[in-house]
Amino acid sequence: MAVHGFRRTFGGRLVLRTDDVERGLLADLVTQLTEFVAPDDDPHADPLARMVGIDPDAERPDDPALARLFPDAYADDDEAASEFRRFTERSLREGKLAHARTVLDGLARAGDKITLSDGEAQAWLGTLNDLRLTLGSRLDIQEDSHELFAALPQDDPAFGAFWVYDWLTYLQETLVRALSGFDVELVDPDD
Amino acid sequence: MTSVGIAPVELERPEADVVTAPDTPWVTIVWNDPVNLMSYVTYVFMTYFGYTQEKAQKLMSDVHNEGRAVVSAGSREEMERDVTAMHTYGLWATLQKDD
Repeated sequence: MAVHGFRRTFGGRLVLRTDDVERGLLADLVTQLTEFVAPDDDPHADPLARMVGIDPDAERPDDPALARLFPDAYADDDEAASEFRRFTERSLREGKLAHARTVLDGLARAGDKITLSDGEAQAWLGTLNDLRLTLGSRLDIQEDSHELFAALPQDDPAFGAFWVYDWLTYLQETLVRALSGFDVELVDPDD
Repeated sequence: MTSVGIAPVELERPEADVVTAPDTPWVTIVWNDPVNLMSYVTYVFMTYFGYTQEKAQKLMSDVHNEGRAVVSAGSREEMERDVTAMHTYGLWATLQKDD
C-alpha cells in the first residue's frame, strides 16, 4: 500500500488518505488498545468512588506497557505515588478510552479520505501515541531501534510489528507537523 | 534562553530549607524515553504550557540529551496537575520537591 501522512489543506482541514487495509489495521489496533486501557469495572466497586474518579484498588501495573501508559507520579515516594494513582488513574484510563473511541468512530465513518477537526485531531494524536508506547514497550524499542529495523530482512518474524510501529510513527509525526505548522527538521539547539 | 518559572535541576539547597520553608516550590520533571517523538514533545510543551517554540525545543532537547528536564515549578497541587496533563499526553513525568 502507498503510505500517506496527514496534511493540512488550504482550507485548514486535516486530511489523511488511506485505503481499506490501513483503516482495518488501525481499527484493529485501536480496538485492542481500548481493551488494554479500559478500567476494571468491578460490579462490587463503590459506585460513588467510581463516579468521582477514585479507584481505591489502583496499583502500579505489572505489565511494562501499562506501567508506561500509567506511570508513577512520584519517582521516590511509593506512598505518595500510590495515593496519587488511586485518585487519577481511573480518569486517565477513561480519557485514553474516550480518545480511542473517537478514532474508532472516525474510522467507521470515513472513506479513503479521513478528514479531522482540530478537536478530533487531538484524540488521534493521543491514541497514536498510546499505540506507539504500547507497541514500543512490547518491541523493546530503544534509541537505535530504527537502524536495527532498517537492517531487518522482510522474512524476519518481527518485521511486521516493526513495520506497524514505523507506520504509526509516520502518522503521528505528520499529524504533529500538520497541527503545529513545524515545517522544518527540528534542529537540536545545542548542536 | 529565558527561564521564567523554571528552576534548574542542578540547583542545590540546604536540607533545612525544606523544614523552614513549607512553600518550597515543587517541580515537574519530564524523563526521556525512546518512543516519544521530538516534534510531539515540543508540541506538547508549547500547547500545554504555552511556551514559545524556542523554549519548548530547548526543554525537549534537555530531556533528550540529559535524560530529563524540569518543565514547570509551583505548588504541589499545580505540579500534580501538570504531571497528570503530561501523563494524559503520554509523556513520562514525575513531580518532586525542588531540593
